[in-house]
Amino acid sequence: MMLEIKGLRKSYGELEVLKGVDLSVEKGDVIAVLGPSGSGKTTMLRCINFLEEADGGSMLFDGSTYEFGHVSRREQAAFRKRTGFVFQNYNLFLNKTALQNVTEGLIIARKMPRELAEQKGRAALDKVGLSDRYDHYPSQLSGGQQQRVAIARALATDPEIIFFDEPTSALDPELTGEVLAVMRELAEEGMTMLVVTHEMGFARNVSNKVIFMEHGAVVESGSSADIFEAPKEERTREFLRIIEEEKA
Amino acid sequence: MTESRIAEIIIDSFWDILIPGLTVTIPLTAISFAIAMVIAIAVALVQFAGIRGLRQLARFYIWVVRGTPLLVQLFIVFYGLPNAGIRLDPLPAAIIVFSINEGAYCAETIRAALESVPSGQMEAGQCVGMSYMQIIRRIVLPQAMRTAFPTLANSLIAMVKDTSLAANITVTEMFMVTRRIVARTYEPLILYIEVGLIYLLFCTVLTKLQSLGEKRLNARGMARR
Repeated sequence: MMLEIKGLRKSYGELEVLKGVDLSVEKGDVIAVLGPSGSGKTTMLRCINFLEEADGGSMLFDGSTYEFGHVSRREQAAFRKRTGFVFQNYNLFLNKTALQNVTEGLIIARKMPRELAEQKGRAALDKVGLSDRYDHYPSQLSGGQQQRVAIARALATDPEIIFFDEPTSALDPELTGEVLAVMRELAEEGMTMLVVTHEMGFARNVSNKVIFMEHGAVVESGSSADIFEAPKEERTREFLRIIEEEKA
Repeated sequence: MTESRIAEIIIDSFWDILIPGLTVTIPLTAISFAIAMVIAIAVALVQFAGIRGLRQLARFYIWVVRGTPLLVQLFIVFYGLPNAGIRLDPLPAAIIVFSINEGAYCAETIRAALESVPSGQMEAGQCVGMSYMQIIRRIVLPQAMRTAFPTLANSLIAMVKDTSLAANITVTEMFMVTRRIVARTYEPLILYIEVGLIYLLFCTVLTKLQSLGEKRLNARGMARR
């Protein structure tokens, strides 16, 4: 087991957003996290990467245990250096070019020599199909290109797992495809990915596992085939039916 | 009063006024503004980062400086402090007061600009493993300074004119020199207009530099949000 979450809890005041979520990720897994808005999927992802401070629960990552709510800044930074995070609205550094966005974490956080960092940075941008956009600033790129730079930024650090928080939700439909294509390629190469998404095509065809969440809890989880072909829980069936109807 | 005499006064006084402008007004402005920027960035960051104790101190500093007249501050430091055993020459006294005064205003400009940087910038920095200080220094502060740039340029232009107040604490800057020439020639109208035009000239140059600076920043993809 590469990453294991147990009993993850988070409340905002009276509102309990995560009610003890369990989750396990094996190396090479591509897990799609589905669920209606407000089900706590994004909060879960943000708690795992310490962007939000969870109230309780524990995480096992690569032999180290983290007790949520008791993780020092140093431990958080160490965890983040070994993971990647892709945001819904890209969050590229606005004062940096595409290449600088990718190399910043390498040169500044990891003290990698500039030359080597730029070599890795260019390779990562080439991989996401942006070899002609190294020196463009985010304001000069389309949403799809910005999100691909963000994926390259996560990729360049050789992460053990990449977390995706609704990576295509801010994109126009015609730009969604180019981002999904990159993610599919990563999945095929064996990258471990935990993806909060509304893209049913990705969940069905690319991910090997699916987790269905509602009201801050995991309703059902299993292989993509099982969840889509033979969902056990009534709520899962209903959710999938509504999605199908919306598409029709 | 003959026209040739007026022309002579204008021409003779022009260099007499311009030279202290170049040797006193501009250095006084430049040095004070540079120190003010250091103060302003420090005071803004202390508040932005919410460092306890220092934050209250920063608010107190801004409250006092913004709530008292610049002229009064000049008088306290130059005429008042000697009673407390601190005797300063006119120019250093002026630099100290202008730096502290301008620092308070610019600190507010920069604090507002820091707060306008989207929180996602900080989060993205954290996610690539950067420390808080690294993110501030390399991501958040540069963006904030870009946002603050026009307002800071405005403050600088205002400061050029405010340095005329230093005449009141015997700094021989442009306005002081003009007053002396007026006392000698009894031509207040043309001479005060003349010195006003020289201030206008300085500020025009700065305005041009501001728009040039903004163009260069925009060309580097840093359009103001």
